[in-house]
Amino acid sequence: MAEQCCETGASPQGNVMILACSGGSNVGQLSNQAAVELTVEGFGKMFCLAGIGAHLSGFVRSAQDTPAMVAIDGCNVGCAKAILEHIQAPLKAYVVLTDLGIEKNKNFQLERETIEKVKAAVKEACKDLPTEASSGMVCCG
Amino acid sequence: MDIKVLGPGCKKCHQTEAVVKEALAEVGLQVSVDHVTDAMDIASYGVFGTPAVVINGEVKSVGKIPKKEEVVAWIKAAS
Repeated sequence: MAEQCCETGASPQGNVMILACSGGSNVGQLSNQAAVELTVEGFGKMFCLAGIGAHLSGFVRSAQDTPAMVAIDGCNVGCAKAILEHIQAPLKAYVVLTDLGIEKNKNFQLERETIEKVKAAVKEACKDLPTEASSGMVCCG
Repeated sequence: MDIKVLGPGCKKCHQTEAVVKEALAEVGLQVSVDHVTDAMDIASYGVFGTPAVVINGEVKSVGKIPKKEEVVAWIKAAS
């Protein structure tokens, strides 16, 4: 029997739940792209904000119970933040892309430099999250 | 009542199943506990991790071993 649920082989922060607004603008899609790349790179694991917004119990309970989570909103409308407030999940780390000086528009040709800027900001926002989050926390999501 | 423990068979998952059974005994209910180990089946519940406890289709806890008192309360509320 395994001591842990799964051996993720991830970095110490590899179990951070990453929630991106993934909205219909450049900043929304930048949030999504950064979440995808951070997941692929092993920094954390993207999770389904839509499932939380739909109030599906598995998604809601996961967001409420996870010890380490970062929410990424494209703009100050703050949809990701509002969804988490609706389910009374604590906002542990938070990034708003327009606060980084990125202009919101409808240009979906995302630039590599901007994506890297977002990823760096997310990592910085997560620096105080607990690193001892159980590797068992991320098994099958 | 339908009670499931989601987990691939790790130590924490078995401990969670034991806690659920202890809670059922305390309440005096004889209900079988289904241990779901298939990764795709677990993923269908939308949980970020395991162990997880599902009662009557509602996910009650994720990524931790719940306290017996918590499980007793969930069972009583679902009865």
